[in-house]
Amino acid sequence: MTELNSKIPKGQLAEKWTNYKAHTNLVNPANKRRLDVIVVGTGLAGASAAASLAELGFKVKNFCYQDSPRRAHSIAAQGGINAAKNYQNDGDSVYRLFYDTIKGGDYRAREANVYRLAEVSNAIIDQCVAQGVPFAREYGGLLDNRSFGGAQVSRTFYARGQTGQQLLLGAYSALSRQVKKGNVELYTRHEMLDVVLVEGRARGIIVRDMVTGAIERYAAHAVVLATGGYGNVFFLSTNAMGSNATAIWKAFKRGAFFGNPSFTQIHPTCIPVHGDFQSKLTLMSESLRNDGRIWVPKNKEDAEKIRQGKLQPTQIKEEDRDYYLERRYPAFGNLVPRDVASRAAKERCDAGYGVGDTGLAVYLDFSDAINRLGKNVIEARYGNLFQMYEKIVDENPYETPMMIYPAVHYTMGGLWVDYELMTTIPGLYAIGEANFSDHGANRLGASALMQGLADGYFVLPYTIQNYLSDQIRVPKFSTDLPEFKQTEEEAADRLRKLMEVKGKQTVDSFHKRLGHIMWEYVGMGRNEAGLKKAIVEIAKLREEFWKDVKITGGMNEINPELEKAGRVADFLELGELMARDALIRNESCGGHFREEYQTPEGEALRDDQNLMYVAAWEFTGDNTEPRLNKEALDYEFVEVKQRNYK
Amino acid sequence: MDLTLKIWRQKNATSKGKFVTYKVNGISPNSSFLEMMDILNESLVVKGEDPVAFDHDCREGICGACSMYINGRPHGPDKAITTCQLHMRRFKDGDTIVIEPWRARPFPVLKDLIVDRTAFDKIIQAGGYISVNTGGIPDANAIPIPRANAELSMDAAACIGCGACVAACKNASAMLFVSAKVSQFERLPEGKPEAAERGQATVAEIDRLGFGN
Amino acid sequence: MVLKYSSITKKIIMALAGLFLISFLIVHLGINLLILKNDGREAFNLAAHFMVTNPLIQTMQWVLFGGFIIHILLGVVLQIQNWMARPQRYKVEGYSHTSFFSKFMIHTGAIILAFLVLHLINFFFRAKFGEMPGVMIGDQHYEDMGLLVIEKFKSLPYVLIYIFWLLFLGFHLDHAFHSALQSLGLNHNKYTPVAFGISRALAILIAGGFILIPLIIYIS
Repeated sequence: MTELNSKIPKGQLAEKWTNYKAHTNLVNPANKRRLDVIVVGTGLAGASAAASLAELGFKVKNFCYQDSPRRAHSIAAQGGINAAKNYQNDGDSVYRLFYDTIKGGDYRAREANVYRLAEVSNAIIDQCVAQGVPFAREYGGLLDNRSFGGAQVSRTFYARGQTGQQLLLGAYSALSRQVKKGNVELYTRHEMLDVVLVEGRARGIIVRDMVTGAIERYAAHAVVLATGGYGNVFFLSTNAMGSNATAIWKAFKRGAFFGNPSFTQIHPTCIPVHGDFQSKLTLMSESLRNDGRIWVPKNKEDAEKIRQGKLQPTQIKEEDRDYYLERRYPAFGNLVPRDVASRAAKERCDAGYGVGDTGLAVYLDFSDAINRLGKNVIEARYGNLFQMYEKIVDENPYETPMMIYPAVHYTMGGLWVDYELMTTIPGLYAIGEANFSDHGANRLGASALMQGLADGYFVLPYTIQNYLSDQIRVPKFSTDLPEFKQTEEEAADRLRKLMEVKGKQTVDSFHKRLGHIMWEYVGMGRNEAGLKKAIVEIAKLREEFWKDVKITGGMNEINPELEKAGRVADFLELGELMARDALIRNESCGGHFREEYQTPEGEALRDDQNLMYVAAWEFTGDNTEPRLNKEALDYEFVEVKQRNYK
Repeated sequence: MDLTLKIWRQKNATSKGKFVTYKVNGISPNSSFLEMMDILNESLVVKGEDPVAFDHDCREGICGACSMYINGRPHGPDKAITTCQLHMRRFKDGDTIVIEPWRARPFPVLKDLIVDRTAFDKIIQAGGYISVNTGGIPDANAIPIPRANAELSMDAAACIGCGACVAACKNASAMLFVSAKVSQFERLPEGKPEAAERGQATVAEIDRLGFGN
Repeated sequence: MVLKYSSITKKIIMALAGLFLISFLIVHLGINLLILKNDGREAFNLAAHFMVTNPLIQTMQWVLFGGFIIHILLGVVLQIQNWMARPQRYKVEGYSHTSFFSKFMIHTGAIILAFLVLHLINFFFRAKFGEMPGVMIGDQHYEDMGLLVIEKFKSLPYVLIYIFWLLFLGFHLDHAFHSALQSLGLNHNKYTPVAFGISRALAILIAGGFILIPLIIYIS
């Protein structure tokens, strides 16, 4: 087992980051100009990192697969961004934000990283305001806050229901400014295929120009991956269609460890699947659970009739309804954390009480709230969400209860990184959702935006200098090095191989089948037998894929089928690793629920004695099992407790 | 639902395109417009034909990637939504739907329904930002901003940069795109110092790029 | 030089020139309507005399020519740029919120220009350089511009040509006033719809007023 050095600075929790910054090595301005950095991804983490590094004077190359940096999926985040400003005078502090995040993550995140995240959160808000992000404001002109799950204070800053969009456009404008100045070279419609290692260090990437199909080489002194999460391994998720794991997966196969791959967040309030042709799931803000009551019919016969369309939900009498969250969790009721709410919905549907055509939905009912507060109040609070729901489902949620079901939303797992956000490959960094670092086994609402921008604006620009400071004598790399040539050939070969399969089944059909396996066995409820089955099934599917996939078109043109095939090929490998990780984690924590490990009441049961570690998986070869490395988590400053929402 | 689709097909930026007619059958009224396109593409792949290329990503109406000109209107017949949010129940069984790419000189077609919108990035690069570096910023509440101004700024900032305004405009003008960015910043004290230069620079850029007036 | 202006500057100049031309039309109409006064063309001839002799008006005449030329030149330049901005048209032509006549400003403009030449030959050049009948008002001798007008409009083809022409002037004006305000950045949630109304009213009043003159002269 490799010794994992997380490089956590010594000292008191509150002093670690200050001490680190005071003692880290920096690069002087003249030398910065001679150093190249590649940033892959233009979401909150990628764009903010690329812009900040370029402002410092580094020469940055920034890549994205979309047609514009502004389309990265950070744009879709609705709710808000947390910061410990304590503008509301409600007792918030850096420590409290840190503590809520650690606890929300079910004690599976690194203390020092999370504290640093809370520490820089305030500077993010200042930065965004200066960039012209139009956050919501009070009548007095000061910034407004809203509350979010998992916290007792109001610390979430927001810009209507489009906070992610506004923050991303802020980072995008900073990036655009550096492009204009010539400090960033922007490569849109370019997809990263592999990372190039020279003498064990990350020195460049291989990309495919998605318009011409050309395979190209780019060299740099350091490579930063900001390529987001891998929820699309489930086929249906709230991720964008193009979100993929290729960059981090290729890094994994070149030696970067993968941290906690099985930690997936399943969001309870999504619009249910409505048919086989469905391509994408739509999230409805968590805030709906403030006023909506979740229920299913008490009698199976009623549920059956509803599924057949013989009965309407409004015809079910009050005493025949099972408000199962209120029944199971009287203290928190409908406001239990995301993982708990999701599992409870699945439990009811699996037991045969589900509604909708498919039986995979539960009701979120606003009739009580409408009677109590009036339709106007509900409309003011959730009008846009109700409208979106009606657009998609074609039912009026003011008159009939909404239907919801959990869906894959975020992956807490990702490339293992140390305190400096560097992976186990020297010179290769991972930031934002692409790394595993800050959310443990469950992420709190409004924390993803915070982490992406923290990494990009305020952490990486410091920590990367510690590495680059001893690279100043390394001249710019030539992409003619044999390592570049070889990696490029391997990437091109792989695409050729895919094209040459010339089978019968479409890429999407394989992706859907993988999604079914993942959702069934590696989804909300996992057990040993199921996970073992998943490992076998995925391997079989992978074999079939490489024998029978059908890709039309050519390699040297825009070819969405080929793009999808490359991504699905990687998901077919990553899915198996997720199952393996879930299998060794013999406990239930956060979003990871092993059916064998629960209390008699059906609650998650952690095993802090044996499993309080980060599972960092190491690639050992295509035909050998990955090796498990462990980074023990020491809780020096917080007391580890069992979560209880009853 | 059974539908007839007339779709613009164009192999690449340099080749000449043409309309090709397709039939799709048994489409659920609950599927989205892009899911209908997925079904068409899936059937084309099975037949060994090249599927229709189109831009799309988030499929929830915010990323601005999808860009179809449907029956003479960008994003189709519904108000204030993108193509990905358009649902098939908006059409009738037996309808003929004409699908074209955005048409504007600065938005050249790359393939089928995909156009190159880097012109919009260039406009922002020309000055669609507030010149601040990371760090060293005063507290976010240091300058109060009247709520009404913040709201107006947000109205403008909500632009998703899809290019429908250019596609719809009879002059293929990008004035709306530019004015959204310029007014977002003009309403905020942070954006005032550069307001004039920003306006001039971005307008000069749309002229250079060849948008209409 | 004009070509080098930014699109917005061009549109602002275009709008200012347009508004100036509208003001000219109103003055012109006001004078023309005097011919319908039953006073043996006296008021009309006096006004016409004032227009051709007053030094201020004579100066403004050159400004007016300038306005016409700038408006026409910029209109053509802007239109060519707009055409160039969309080299490939749509198969299903546009749904668009713009008013109907906004799509045909260059066409209505061209028709107006063509007939303007005829109009200048008929009246303006004739008055300036040609033979004019005379008339005595009080003890002064004046050129009888009114007679010239009445003679012209006793001929049916002329009346029809003028009505046709003036209709297109109306179409052109329908998109003129509010569009000029928009180009000047004078846009308002509440008042922009009002500007649309004013625009249409101006179109109907100006074109209608001008049409009335040949019509009444021909009938009476």
